[in-house]
Amino acid sequence: MADALKNKIADVFDEPACGTNVSKSEQQRKKGCAKPLTPGAAAGGCAFDGAKIALQPIVDVAHLVHAPLACEGNGWDNRGAASSGSERYRTGFTTDLTELDIVMGYGEKKLFRAIREVIGVEQPPAVFVYSTCVPALIGDDIDAVCKAATAKFGTPCIPINAPGYVGSKNLGNKLAGEAMLDHVIGTLEPEECTPYDINIVGDYNLSGELWQVKPLLDRLGIRILGSMSADARYRQVAMMHRAKVTMMVCSKALINVARKLEERHGIPFFEGSFYGISDTSDALRTMCRMLVERGADEDLLDRCETLIAEEEAKIWAELNAYRPKVEGKKVLLYTGGHKSWSVVAALQELGMEVIGTSVRKATEEDKERVKEIMQTDAHMFDNMAPKDMYRLLKEAGADVLMSGGRSQFVALKAKVPWVDVNQEKHEPYAGYMGMLDLVRAIDRALNNPMWADLRGPAPWDEPLPDLGGYVPPLRGTCPVTNASTEGATPIPSVRVTQASAERPNAAAGEGIGSFVSSQTDFEDC
Amino acid sequence: MAKLTHPKRALSTNPLKSSAPLGAALAYLGIEGAVPLFHGSQGCTAFAMVHLVRHFKEAVPLQTTAMNEVSTILGGAEQIEEAIENLRKKSNPRFIGIASTALTETRGEDVVGELREIVTRRTDFADTAIVYASTPDFAGGLEDGWARAVEAIVETLVPSIDPVFKSTNPRQVNLLCGSALTPAEIEEIVRLIRAFGLEPIVLPDLSSSLDGHVSENWAGTSLGGTRLDDIGRMVESAFTLAIGESMRPAAKLIEDRTFAPYRIFQSVTGLKPVDALVRTLMGLSGQQDAPPSVKRDRARLIDASLDAHFHIGGLKVAVAADPDLLFALSSCLSGLGAEIVTAVTTTTANGITERVPAEEVVVGDLGDFEHLASGTGAQLLVTHAHGRHAAHRLHLPLLRAGFPINDRLGAQDICRVGYRGTRAFLYEIANIVLAQHHRAKPEDFGAAPIPEEFEHVPQIATH
Ligand code: SF4
Repeated sequence: MADALKNKIADVFDEPACGTNVSKSEQQRKKGCAKPLTPGAAAGGCAFDGAKIALQPIVDVAHLVHAPLACEGNGWDNRGAASSGSERYRTGFTTDLTELDIVMGYGEKKLFRAIREVIGVEQPPAVFVYSTCVPALIGDDIDAVCKAATAKFGTPCIPINAPGYVGSKNLGNKLAGEAMLDHVIGTLEPEECTPYDINIVGDYNLSGELWQVKPLLDRLGIRILGSMSADARYRQVAMMHRAKVTMMVCSKALINVARKLEERHGIPFFEGSFYGISDTSDALRTMCRMLVERGADEDLLDRCETLIAEEEAKIWAELNAYRPKVEGKKVLLYTGGHKSWSVVAALQELGMEVIGTSVRKATEEDKERVKEIMQTDAHMFDNMAPKDMYRLLKEAGADVLMSGGRSQFVALKAKVPWVDVNQEKHEPYAGYMGMLDLVRAIDRALNNPMWADLRGPAPWDEPLPDLGGYVPPLRGTCPVTNASTEGATPIPSVRVTQASAERPNAAAGEGIGSFVSSQTDFEDC
Repeated sequence: MAKLTHPKRALSTNPLKSSAPLGAALAYLGIEGAVPLFHGSQGCTAFAMVHLVRHFKEAVPLQTTAMNEVSTILGGAEQIEEAIENLRKKSNPRFIGIASTALTETRGEDVVGELREIVTRRTDFADTAIVYASTPDFAGGLEDGWARAVEAIVETLVPSIDPVFKSTNPRQVNLLCGSALTPAEIEEIVRLIRAFGLEPIVLPDLSSSLDGHVSENWAGTSLGGTRLDDIGRMVESAFTLAIGESMRPAAKLIEDRTFAPYRIFQSVTGLKPVDALVRTLMGLSGQQDAPPSVKRDRARLIDASLDAHFHIGGLKVAVAADPDLLFALSSCLSGLGAEIVTAVTTTTANGITERVPAEEVVVGDLGDFEHLASGTGAQLLVTHAHGRHAAHRLHLPLLRAGFPINDRLGAQDICRVGYRGTRAFLYEIANIVLAQHHRAKPEDFGAAPIPEEFEHVPQIATH
């Protein structure tokens, strides 16, 4: 591994603003957060994946992946980040390294040519060049190539040094942030600055979630100046250093960016979430307070309170209409963790019972909050193996599973309703209106009349009435399926116990806490 | 004969091919109780898994040896052993199919030798069949990876026999399925074979593992597929039917080991190709006639061709797919008078590309495809789901074929083989053409439009 990259990783691991990190001893901290992976029981994405996820929502940039086919061929155009402008980010550019390129060491030359070609065709504001395992292993120097290309073509070519094998997706997020700090942020100046300029960091604008929140900001006169990521343009990343406040949305993944913006440019940051009603209000409040501290007009605070009061009243009125449909239903939550507390609170408010929630990525502080909301820690669990989750759902421990895409089929195959709340979902659930969409989705899933039919008995599960008469038994095998008809009796002589469409009613959330945590975080890809 | 061209460029835009290890994993999933295992860094596995899950809308077991930089440089034998051990503990698979990746192949390891050593030493692994295929990402695509995996399965699990002791079951045949076949297509071919009173052993059999069904239990392995003892029984088969040119090496290998002659069916889409299969089946089952249902289906296909040729004849089609699928679909369409104006494929390992009924076959990506299709005046695009962007930009209809089809449901149910599948395919194409609303205007022919003064202008009522 190149020394520069090694230092970068060490630097990223030593994140003073990270809660988990602060509570570690000096020695532990040096080791970094990377847990050794278990062969045969690992499921996460690689650092390159993480870097790409973090940066791909910068929509007008050409994202060029320097790799053999695996990295981009299986992964391009696979996320739901939405754009209101350029669609360039959806185009998969790769050097598609062949055996010859690798053996003969043509990698760097090919990369340089590829950069020239992509600039020629697309004329993008910048080219992001991603390193991956194979070029890193054979020692391709993408920094040098990018430097030469920038000088030659005049278009910024930014090296994103996060080859897959250096670590997890999370590390990749951070390395991507570092690349932005090193090469992009601060390279362009906005035409004008206002005291209402903010940075948004770390929301990927899945299916347009940012746009559910933007109207609120618009009404308060707050401008998103800098953005990483969320439907961002390259120029917005380059101008981040001029905002007044940075909001880190939902995720600590890019905390290094927020902190270094503070360190280098004096921009304070806060963590907030737009999931759930109370969190949305809190985020708006904090944002306005900080803007006022940094020179915005005092009346922003009042306007903010008025807005919150209006919006909250409106949304609760609409949500209450759904209460009878969801009241008393048991929800199992299996999400990344830290972003869902406010959602939990809202669901409980509507009379739903959250029987369990995963805390696999949560910090101690987060866990305290769950305890507070749920009033006990009996419902917290880490990772659940798919097998266990299937059993739990099958035994009717929950009426609906809310989770990311990987556990979708665990629920569905157990004939249990499922609501998508993760990265690849197709519906946005942010802000006040997002909560309504979420509850609608839960209602749609839970109360679909299909479930009763699906869980009901098959034709052969119930005994036929005695038809009388005699039908000779079948002989031979079916010419099409080759199934033997031997032993099949036309009319069952054994009485079958009637299967009921009602599901057995297991005690709510019984034993969730006692589930043995599975080593593999199968949701984490 | 089509001329093969490789565009001269360093940049690949919108990849057409999926990777070779992914193809191998898919083939392994056609074995009962299987878990495919990528020998490489964990990220590749995560990408491939998401890809497979989105296509099949099923949970897909796929694991990794989780190589990191250090283990890559030192060699990964230990990682493989540990992975097998952990997998056995966790999901108790009967079959583990290992596929190498670009990372481990760049370093260059003797995995075959190391694996042999592991299996000999770890006698406790005996009840899990372990197979290894070399499938570096930088060589070939999904179809090649699939083919390598099938060869590896045959190599490891089909015993070599002495011809003197061969006891043949004259009614049993091997059916080798290439990567171009969907679960529904495998089922269709099996049906056809059984209609002749023959019993096929299907390898690999996605039709019972990834056909999309709800089973009564949750397993961390494939849910169905070719049974391991059936693979062992392949030695008794009288004949091997192989679908797709890419299955030739595997069919040969079976012949070497079991003395069962084989025949390759490069395509089973279209009247003539299916006729060839039916004649072979007649011969194998020793009858001068075909079952009435098969004859009826043929008569229906002929009728469908009569109805559809009006719409397919002269149609300009652009096709991009792995070689076997490219050949099957484009030769069927050109057999009804369509013109294959653009043909793009993924790899050259398979010689079938030269037989594609187009002037030129480009080994390229969807960027090339889009560019060529717009230049050649194509009226219809045929490729996988990622072609939707090209279709959108060119304002052309897209028929989804190949892997992945992640933006539509029921990819596993698409059936374009046999008399019945071909019939459905022809209707599909004809209906797409029929759905294009273009009403001719005088201007289309160079005539002046009807002067405006003749048009009645409704008056706004003013009472
Ligand atoms: S682990 Fe390495 S080779 Fe695999 S996808 Fe990630 S960067 Fe590419």
